[in-house]
Parts: sequence; structure tokens; C-alpha cells
Amino acid sequence: MNGLVPIFDARNIFVMPWTDGRSVFGTIMAMGFLVTAACGLIGNYLILRRMALMGDAVSHSVLPGLVIAFLATGSRGTGAMMLGALLAGVATTIIVETIHRKTRVKQDAAIGVTFTTLFALGVVLVSVYSSQVDLDAECVLYGEIGLMGPIQGWLDWPTPLVRMLVVVVLLGGVIGLFYKELLVSSFDPGLARSLGVNPVFVHYGLMVTLSVVVVSSFEAVGSILVVAMLILPGATASLLTNRLPQVHILSLVHAALSAVGGVHLALALNCQIGPAMVVMGAFLFVLAWVFGTRDGLIARWCRRRPLVHGTRTANG
Amino acid sequence: MRRSSFTFSLVVFVVLAPLCATPLFAARVGDLTEASYTTQFFRFLTFSDPSLRYALVGVVLLGLSCGLLGSFIVVRKMALMGDALSHAVLPGVAAGFLWNTSKDPVAILIGATIAGMLGTATVNAITRTTRIKEDAALGLVLASFFGAGLCLQSMIQQLPTGNKSGLDKFMFGQAAAIGRDDVALMALVTLGAVGLVAALYKELLVTSFDQDFARSAGVPTRWVHHALMLLLAMTIVISLQAVGVVLVSAMLITPAAAAYLLTDRLHRMLMLAAAFGVAAGVAGAFVSFVGRNLPTGPLMVLAASAIFTLAFFFAPRHGVLARWWRQRATAGRTQRENTLKAIFHVWEQNQSANGGIGFPALAARRRISLEAARKEVKSLVRHGMVTVHGQMFSFTPAGHWRAAEIVRNHRLWELYLTNRVNIAPDHVHDDAEKIEHVLGDELVRQLERRLDHASVDPHGRAIPSPQEIYRHAGLRDEAKGRK
Repeated sequence: MNGLVPIFDARNIFVMPWTDGRSVFGTIMAMGFLVTAACGLIGNYLILRRMALMGDAVSHSVLPGLVIAFLATGSRGTGAMMLGALLAGVATTIIVETIHRKTRVKQDAAIGVTFTTLFALGVVLVSVYSSQVDLDAECVLYGEIGLMGPIQGWLDWPTPLVRMLVVVVLLGGVIGLFYKELLVSSFDPGLARSLGVNPVFVHYGLMVTLSVVVVSSFEAVGSILVVAMLILPGATASLLTNRLPQVHILSLVHAALSAVGGVHLALALNCQIGPAMVVMGAFLFVLAWVFGTRDGLIARWCRRRPLVHGTRTANG
Repeated sequence: MRRSSFTFSLVVFVVLAPLCATPLFAARVGDLTEASYTTQFFRFLTFSDPSLRYALVGVVLLGLSCGLLGSFIVVRKMALMGDALSHAVLPGVAAGFLWNTSKDPVAILIGATIAGMLGTATVNAITRTTRIKEDAALGLVLASFFGAGLCLQSMIQQLPTGNKSGLDKFMFGQAAAIGRDDVALMALVTLGAVGLVAALYKELLVTSFDQDFARSAGVPTRWVHHALMLLLAMTIVISLQAVGVVLVSAMLITPAAAAYLLTDRLHRMLMLAAAFGVAAGVAGAFVSFVGRNLPTGPLMVLAASAIFTLAFFFAPRHGVLARWWRQRATAGRTQRENTLKAIFHVWEQNQSANGGIGFPALAARRRISLEAARKEVKSLVRHGMVTVHGQMFSFTPAGHWRAAEIVRNHRLWELYLTNRVNIAPDHVHDDAEKIEHVLGDELVRQLERRLDHASVDPHGRAIPSPQEIYRHAGLRDEAKGRK
């Protein structure tokens, strides 16, 4: 048990990342924020549409898409990766729909069967072609956010950071552009159809966007922690408000806090940074769950007490 | 079920018995890097490698218990609960390792089971106290627990003893690393799973399909659920070594989903799922043994997926091909009946012409080409409904019988909709077009009674009465027999 948690060193944990280690940890925090922000923004819609587990499915099944794209093009170019992930994402959606529409297997089991198959295929491909594919099991599980190079100069940023920034900006643009369609079709599919919004189009559009977000986050946080990034910000925000614009803003705040907090937590515990960010995000969720003013456990308890008291007097 | 549980335990013991008797020394499967494929193949078939023997017994046991318990989570629509649970046990695995910084299977089992139960409890608490829906709660717990587990694991790996922990094997599984203690534990948990299913079969059955009925019958549904969850968590833990955290859920869901496509009875589904689980496990272990350097877990999952794919296409009742075939058969029958009906209409208009009906009349009636009309008649001939002589054709008794039935159904339904449901006479045709093919004898009798055996439909045409069908079709029995 001894030596598991390093001796508490406030200077190393709280001061160092902002002073000496600024260029390294600043990049990591920025990347963590961008990844969580992108995932959180799209995750809000997954939560609203009760498709949170499609996020889980797509994040696993992009793996074979990536590997096949590597093998086909022999490079780790952004274009090939995106294309592979897109195809894998759309294939997952189609297979899940086919299984649960054509047979009596329910949607949850269909999701379970599909993504595990594709993920297993990906892992086998990785181990068979391990010499050709620049990917290993570690990367799939943890991501490499801790291994990113520092920001060298004013405009000399590491490529993954730039790519992620572009993805976040594009995602913000897409959400801004189709805000009304997404809003209506998420809350009232019937109304959306009568307003001329094609639900199939929105569904597949969302899945394609999800694949892009997942694949660009993949390198940083791996394929399982992405699920946390997709759901935690939106779930935390939805405990605090029920207006969609506020949910978006709060999930960005959650992303920033969990990225910064995660780095500090990783330094304090001397553990991997990606998982630490998830733990921090989960901690923020628990805070909102307990102390939230609307749905928080304490607020609920306080609201219920007078009622119990009132009933008692009425009976007595 | 009692008998089959006995069989299960028998299988478990028969497989285990020779193992305990053999002396234990072994090179790990991974040490055999120089052997050729054929040698490996031979070694696999002859079980000459003790560590392989453990691995095989291990995957057989895990396939069995995963198939059994997985069936329940599939029919209870909790498939993704299995997924969440399998990720949520990770921090428990790490904590169990920390207990005495060794890979003690019992400590890991206890730690992981506690973590798993904590995960389920958290999902329940979130869905009960907030507006967050179950899917989001599952995903949230899954990923947060997994993140916490990874944190712990990366901390452990920096310990002096941590590097040798072998905890990374828990990610994608390595059947070859299964040892004697692991097998003993796996056998215990499998016995627990088999015992639970045997002892609580009725309770599990009724709570899986009708919660309200179960509650009213006095079944403690909550406790049944908790017992199932507890054994599920334990099953997941014993499967981790062979399949890995990430893919355990596949061994729960996929064999059970394949079995679900093949049968409608729970006890048969349990047996099939267990058999599929075992088959997938052995196949995965085999490929991973013969082709070196391949992780066992993903291969087992792919084997299970192959079984599911076969069931998906070829399942006798619920498979895609069977459904497609059924739809085709129905479509063909409907089309034949429509042709029969058209022939009946033509025959009705000129009953005096005794020589039969010409193809042009049918083609005109059906608004199709002469060629298509010949084709449709040919299909009727194949089914014994019509006989052709030269350029004319006429009903066989059976064909006449069926044609009259269809027309009667159609007109009876039109009359019913007009008189009893008060739908305008010009709106009833389309509905009758569909229902004429599916009305059964019993329903027809009832319709006739309600309509006082009326003989004219809303458009003024005669409803062919049973007597008339008698008269024209001749032998009733013959007609019935050939229908």
C-alpha cells in the first residue's frame, strides 16, 4: 500500500503546471478542454435523444475503421482516419438498425452485439498487423494525451491540438447552423416531421458528426474514456438547468474544470492524465448531484421534509 | 430444469476431475514461440499442454456461466447493464490487487464484485433521484468507474511490485494465463450460477417476462434481481482473465442473442446460449493458441459473433432468410388469390359460356399483359386451382371453391363495413382487398350471422353463398382436401 500515493507536494501540484511546466501542461489542459468540449456538445444531443449508448457503440467501433484506413493508405493522415471512422460509424448505425428491425432482438442487445464485434475485429487487426499499424492496445485504452508535445512558439502548436480546435469550431458552427432542427427533432420528432425536418437525415447527420468527434478525440483519450467525455458534461449540466442553451454553456464549463482539475489530480496521484480527467468530471457530476439547487439530493430532501411535516399535522 | 442442472454440474465435474489428478508443471503457452502451426494444432487436439488444459477448462466454464446469465439479461432488456457492469468492476480489480499486492484471485473477485454492485447501485440511484435516463446513467457509470480503475491501475504499475501485476492482461484477456486457482474459482462461480438458475428458475422466468404478475404472485422481484446482479458481477470477474474487461459484455450478450433467435422457450434458450458460449470460448482459445500472439478475448468474441451471424440469417423462424421466405410465400399466395378472384369475376359475368375462360378476358380484367396473364394461370395450374385446355382454361373444383371463398370474404366485409360500421360504400373496397386473404372460417360464420345471411353486397352484386359454392364446386371434401 505504501508508495501508492506520492507524498503531497503543493508546489508540484498547484504551482508547477502554471509556471515552469506551463508549455507542457498548458497544451494538455487545452487539449483536454477541447476534447471534452467537443464530446460534451454533441453528447448533449445524444442524452436528449436517449442515444447515449450509441455514443458508446460508435466510440468502440471506430477502431476497425481506423485500422483499416491505416492499412489501406499506409499513413496516419487526417483524411484517411476521418473517412475510416465515418464509414465505421455509419456501418454501426446501419447494422444496429438492421438487427433490431429485422429480428426480434431488442435494440440494447443489438447495440451490444454490434460494437463488441467491431471492436474485437479492431483489436485482432491491431495485433495481427502490429508492425504496420502505429497503434497499440495502450493507446486504445488510455489515449496519449500525456504524450503530446508542448507548444513551441506563438503559432507552433502540436498537430492534434490544431485538429481538435478545428473540430470544435466546426462542431460549434454545425450546431449553430442546425440548432432549430436539432432542438425540435430531439424534443418532438412528430412536430419536427410536420415542420419538414427529416428525422432520418438528422439521425445520420448526428452519427456522422459523432464519428468525427470520436475519432479526433480517440488519439487523446482512447475509445472508452470518450464515453465519459460524451455523457458527463451533459449529464452534469442537465442536473442544473433544463434550458438547452444553458446546458451547452454549463457543459463547456464542466469541460474546462475537468480538464484543469484532471491535470492537477494526475500530478497529485501520479497517474495517467486521461483517466484523471474522467475522474475529475465524475467528481463534478457527483457535486452537482448532491448540491444542485434544482435536482440535487440535498435540495430534494429539504423540499420533501415540510411535506412530511404537513402530512403529519394534517393527520394528527 | 432440475435434470438439466444436474447435467451441467456433471459436465463441470467430469471436465475438472482429470485436471486435479494430473501433476502440475507447465511451460506457459507463450513460451512455445518456436513451434509450427501443425505442432500447435496437434498439441491443442491432444491436450498435451497442462496450461492449455487450464485455459480450455476455464473458457468452457466461463462460456457456460456467461451464456446462462446472459440469457436473462437479454430477455430482461438489460443487455447494456452487462456492459456497464463489466467496465465498472475495473477499480475493484485494482483494489483487490492492492489488498496484498498480489494477483490473489479471491481478493480480486471480492473487490470486483463489490465495485460491480456499487456500479449497479449508482445507476439505480441516478435514475431514481434525477431526470437522467437509464441509458445516460449506464454510460456515465461505465466510463467513470472505468476511468477510476485506469487511474488506480496506472498508479499500481508504478509500484515496485506493480510491473509484474499482470493487470494489463485484464484488458483484453489471455486465456493462457489462467492457472489452477483461477480454474477452481471459476468452477465455484459457475456452480453458483447453475445453482441459482436451477433453484430460482420459476422466479427468474416469471420476473423476466411479467414483473407485475410476479409481484402479485408474491415473488420477491427485488431480491431475485439482486441475486442475478450479484452472480452476474461474479461471472464477469471470472471471465476477465480470458476475455478482458472491454469485451466481457459480448460473451454475455452475443451467445444469448443468438439463442434468442432460435427458440421461444426460456429453458431451451438457456441451454443453447450456454452451448454457444462454450463453443465460442473453445474456438477463440484454439485460434489464439494456434496463431500465436493473438489476444484470446477478441477472438472469442468474434467466434460468438459468427454464431450470431449464422443465427441472424438462418434461424428457422426468426432468421432474416426465414422471414424473407415467409413474406415471399405470403406475397405469392396473395397474388394467386387475386388471380383466382379475377377469374371468378369473369366467370360470374358470362356463366353461360361453358367452355371456360380465355386469356384475353383475364388480362383485361387484371389490367395486365397477355403474357403476364398466362404466367399467372400457369402458377395456378401448378397449385391445382385451374386446368388449361388449348386457349381456354377453367377452374378445378378446389380452385372454384377457393375463388368463391375469396370473393365471398371480400363482399361480406364490404357489406359489414357499410351496414355495421357505417362507412360509405365507395370507401370499403381497399380495406376488403386486404382482409379477404386472411379471414378465417370462424370469423366468416360470425359475419354472416351478424349480417343475417344477406346475399347482396353494397354494390349490388351477389355474395356467393356456401350453397352456391357447393353447387358449382361439386365435391366439398375434395375441395377442402386440396386447399
